Amino acid sequence: MDITINLADGVPIYRQILNQVKYLVASGLLQPGEELPPIRTLALQLKVTPNTIVKAYGELEASGVIQKRQGSGTFVSEGRPQQVALRERRRVIEQRIDALLAEAHQLNFTADDILRMVRERKAAMDETGADPAEVTKEVNR
Amino acid sequence: MEQTVVEVNDLSRSFDHKKALDGVTFRATAGQVYGLVGSNGAGKTTLLKHLLGLLRATSGSVRVFGLDPVRDPVGVLSRVGYLSEERELPEWMRIDELMRYTQAYHPTWDAPYARELLETFALDPAKKIKELSKGMRAQAGLIAAVAYRPELLILDEPSSGLDAVVRRDILDAIVRAVADDGRTVIFSSHLLDEVERMSDHVTLMHEGRVALSGVLDDVRRAYQRSRVRFAEHLDRPPALDTALVMEGGGRTWSVVHSGSLEQFRHSVAARGGEVVESRDATLEEIFLARAGRSRQQAEAA
Repeated sequence: MDITINLADGVPIYRQILNQVKYLVASGLLQPGEELPPIRTLALQLKVTPNTIVKAYGELEASGVIQKRQGSGTFVSEGRPQQVALRERRRVIEQRIDALLAEAHQLNFTADDILRMVRERKAAMDETGADPAEVTKEVNR
Repeated sequence: MEQTVVEVNDLSRSFDHKKALDGVTFRATAGQVYGLVGSNGAGKTTLLKHLLGLLRATSGSVRVFGLDPVRDPVGVLSRVGYLSEERELPEWMRIDELMRYTQAYHPTWDAPYARELLETFALDPAKKIKELSKGMRAQAGLIAAVAYRPELLILDEPSSGLDAVVRRDILDAIVRAVADDGRTVIFSSHLLDEVERMSDHVTLMHEGRVALSGVLDDVRRAYQRSRVRFAEHLDRPPALDTALVMEGGGRTWSVVHSGSLEQFRHSVAARGGEVVESRDATLEEIFLARAGRSRQQAEAA
């Protein structure tokens, strides 16, 4: 499972794991019914205390994203994924929008400026036929 | 059901009239990882030595598994795995002799696990301890400490002076101890990144006292790092109520502060500024704010 921990983030480690699993489910990279790594395996992979994974998995289970099956492991929930996926997809974008608005405020742009610039950037992307996945890679570099 | 593994109450200890420990209280419950941090000489090793009965409490009390480690050393040490800071091991022994020797004292010795670790570390069992490099000594000491799966693992600066590969082995051992059998780990470290990843609870010692102690996420939440911008250029950082460390200059300052964000916002606003950004402080920032030599302290002096 492709998860990374960033200590400088300010976000507690269990929450980073939680958010990333939700993101993987929301984006379909983790499919309903797919098995998650056991706590021990993920703790060894990420080099974190297993109790952090226990906490993250506990919350994921409580919110219905994953399910523990008696004796056989932990799996992405079936049946509810569409609702979970939509909620999580909205949450990811909302977080990015909040961050964008905060940065805009710092740089003296209004929300209307931002809306205008979003449309301008989208038009530019459509003109050049840019692939959104490629753009994301550039931005995250 | 929480089982108390270690209970230290109001422990004080002096050496040559110098207080090495001053009223230290510390508690560890089963299945958790406890990170112990602090500057050199803060009292970490002294505290750990009391848990092992290597030092006797002159004031206050120490109980491990409910036993006094000085009065009942066998009862305690048979259930504890220890890696000392100096990697104290019998120099003349070969590695395989060390394994057999340790196994003799611990019926729970897991021979396949010990063999697996020896192979992973690529240690030559015929080598004598005194022939080993620093890293290999730590590895040998680690195997001797973990292979009998002790209920309590005490590691004093396990990663100090070791390369990234061996450090990873140490972390793996900690994870496996907790994940496999719900055992307890207490480790001291200068590597705050490691402590942040591996600890459930963190205790910061400073000059023999416990400066702070608690669940790691709670401790981090109690301290924030905020970026603050003032209306005017300032030559010196303004005195802000809960601020512990301030860095920066001119109009923009970076502050590590404790307490509520709201309280901080008010005190910043009262000085004609605004909080631009805020996040939970990292362990390193908290450490430097509470136990370091900070600008604010220096200027107050």
